[in-house]
Amino acid sequence: MAVPGMALLGCGAREPHAAFDAANAPGPQFLTREELAFVDAAVARLIPGDAKEPGAREAGVATFIDRQLSGPYGLGQTWYLSGPWPTGDEQQGYQSRFTPAQMYRAAIGDIQKYCQRRYRKPFEQLEGAQRDEVLHGLEGGHIDLPSTSAKQFFQMLWHNTQEGFLADPMYGGNRDFAGWKLIGFPGPRYNYVTEIEQYGKPYRMPTVGLRGRDPGEREPD
Amino acid sequence: MATRLKEVDVVLVGFGLTASILAQELTEDRALQVLALERGPWRDTVPDFSTAWIQDELKYAVRKQMFEDPERETLTFRNSMDQRALPMRHLGSFLPAAGVGGAAVHWNGQYWRYQPVDFMLRSHVEQRYGKQFIPADMTIQDWGVTYEQLEPCYDRFEYMLGISGKAGNLQGTVQQGGNPFEGPRRRDFPNPPLKRSYPTVLFDKGARAAGYEPFPCAAANTSRPYKNIYGVQMGECTYCGYCEWFGCGNYSKASPQTTILPALRRKSNFECRTHCNVTRVNLDSTGRRATGVMYVDAQGREFEQPAQLVILCAYAQHNVRLMLLSGIGKPYDPVANTGVVGRNYAYQIMSSVDVFFKEIINPFMGAGALGQGINEFNTGNFDHGPHGFIGGGYIALWTTGGRPILQHYLPEGTPKWGAGWKKALAENYLKASSIQCHGSVMSYRSNYLDLDPTWKDAYGNPLLRLTFDYQKNEHAMSDFLTDKAVSIAKAMDLRSYHAKQRKGHYSIVPYQTTHNTGGAAMGSDPSNSAVNPYLQSWDVSNVFVMGSSVFPQNGGYNPTGTVGALAYWAVDAIRNRYLKSPGPLMQA
Repeated sequence: MAVPGMALLGCGAREPHAAFDAANAPGPQFLTREELAFVDAAVARLIPGDAKEPGAREAGVATFIDRQLSGPYGLGQTWYLSGPWPTGDEQQGYQSRFTPAQMYRAAIGDIQKYCQRRYRKPFEQLEGAQRDEVLHGLEGGHIDLPSTSAKQFFQMLWHNTQEGFLADPMYGGNRDFAGWKLIGFPGPRYNYVTEIEQYGKPYRMPTVGLRGRDPGEREPD
Repeated sequence: MATRLKEVDVVLVGFGLTASILAQELTEDRALQVLALERGPWRDTVPDFSTAWIQDELKYAVRKQMFEDPERETLTFRNSMDQRALPMRHLGSFLPAAGVGGAAVHWNGQYWRYQPVDFMLRSHVEQRYGKQFIPADMTIQDWGVTYEQLEPCYDRFEYMLGISGKAGNLQGTVQQGGNPFEGPRRRDFPNPPLKRSYPTVLFDKGARAAGYEPFPCAAANTSRPYKNIYGVQMGECTYCGYCEWFGCGNYSKASPQTTILPALRRKSNFECRTHCNVTRVNLDSTGRRATGVMYVDAQGREFEQPAQLVILCAYAQHNVRLMLLSGIGKPYDPVANTGVVGRNYAYQIMSSVDVFFKEIINPFMGAGALGQGINEFNTGNFDHGPHGFIGGGYIALWTTGGRPILQHYLPEGTPKWGAGWKKALAENYLKASSIQCHGSVMSYRSNYLDLDPTWKDAYGNPLLRLTFDYQKNEHAMSDFLTDKAVSIAKAMDLRSYHAKQRKGHYSIVPYQTTHNTGGAAMGSDPSNSAVNPYLQSWDVSNVFVMGSSVFPQNGGYNPTGTVGALAYWAVDAIRNRYLKSPGPLMQA
């Protein structure tokens, strides 16, 4: 149902997504501004994007991660954190004493020191290829972080990045349904009784989130 | 100092599926006072599972809002006895619930009966293949109850849940379009199968081309409005794709909330107390009679709740832990090979073949038990002789949903992150699904439960310790199943497929299934079982144990069907025999 006056926004190319401006964004709730800049620069490589096809930066994933770290997830509220904390094998899973918030703070501090030693610059000022080099190094455990496991931090960061790109926008990421539109997920809808038997037919209803519709999208004619 | 409360006739520890069945059936006797103690919160369709907010993948599936927090209670884990068990600090491999309704609130609704041979597994294997076919350290057993005895209980459970399906064997006659291997049933399911999603149609075609007989998997998602045996009304599934790990806001997934509680709540002889964590069963000075339970409430106050009859209805391994903490039955010692409590723990071995279609298949339209399956390779359905392993499983393509964070499939060789990952995600999300192999796990001397010597729960009690690994038998069986799934993928018209065998040690990290079984095995021989064929403790006759805790080994099926049937089986014995004459229902 077209809304008069909104029609122009519905046709043709959408407004390009502005790059996330870490310096001027509304203040982070847990991360420092410098840590936020690191996270933003990292997620921009993990899921790259640009104005035409937004990636993690444009989708606000850094904001998402900051919000998560400032809440119950960041505090590890549901985790069993009691000691002692001997290390085990891979099958026994996460044995660190760190909550996610502590893990990010410790790891980012170590990684920045590493970048200063190796590149004479903080992570967020490195070229894309150099940032990829660092990320691969963390992923493979080739960069030694004094405070924590590089592999474990990388896995946490990568999972949180995917979450931020693909979770409901009300959590601060997936801005303007960027992630969902990329893949063709129409959002949480409750009734496909008719459509489920329309084999092979694309589903064209506007994207929705838990808080409502994308105001820019038109319904199909 | 604990406050002693007024005695009740029956106390149920936990208020999930089995407790709801027991409460509903026992309170039919209006003179019987039944109390359920649930450590989690009260939950109901309205408002907790409202369609307005329940489809929140981050909150429920990723952050795991509906499950038991390890912070309160978890377990420690190791693959073998020569290692030190360490705490499971996050949830991973399995997801026990907390809250009224238990795991039956957040399950998918995949429903199966075991076959006749599953209940006589040791006898069957010895007879068909010889005693030497069973490895010396494999402790599989007969259950002490037969499929024929449980058939009316499966039937009752199905008509209570409103199962949607197609019978494969009606009173001995194989039916077209159903599971041709299932045991004989007296009548069809109460509801017809769910609508077919496109991937299940394509799987059906491929399975037939590969020479198998696929059928719609039975579903505890109602395919049409249904009023059940307790007069409770259910709705029609609308294929929203948010079944497992979520509550259903549509009254179309069977749970205690949608099938039992509306009837049970009206009874004045039933009471439920939530946020009450039972810490042990109290025994008298002989150790052979329970006097009630101890529990801690939300404020941390301790209470003694006396009861004539104590029924453990907590999640599988939690029941075993309570038995160990309370001194019910002899704890299993794996080195001496004595004792029964903690013995015969088993799980499920899973593998899959991801399939990439040529056209879009809209994965986000689905239901928890919307699947097409084949059962040619389950226990007893093929000649195991040439293969040398025991057990089997079903192979099915389930379309449970397309939740973006956790339910996307990417082809083999996709970069782990970056531009290539993003491109693969964009190109494959709408066109991918997965064929699942759902395999049995046998019991072994070296796989067991006991109490951890180091770590404790929030109440200061030792955590349960799990020692478990897959053995050669399970890997051989699982690889066999995966190969069969590949043969189906090859017969489907796909862009590509990716076989993902289960390799290496069992890991507590990735989610596999919430199908933990054993630790309080049922049987007719007290030297290798903790409970008798009526699920009554051999040692403390006024304690019964529900749930998959009593499975002597796990079959190649989701356990809930058999859990429910056994609950009806046990409650029948309790109502008609035990309560009339309390004491052992079977002599040791």
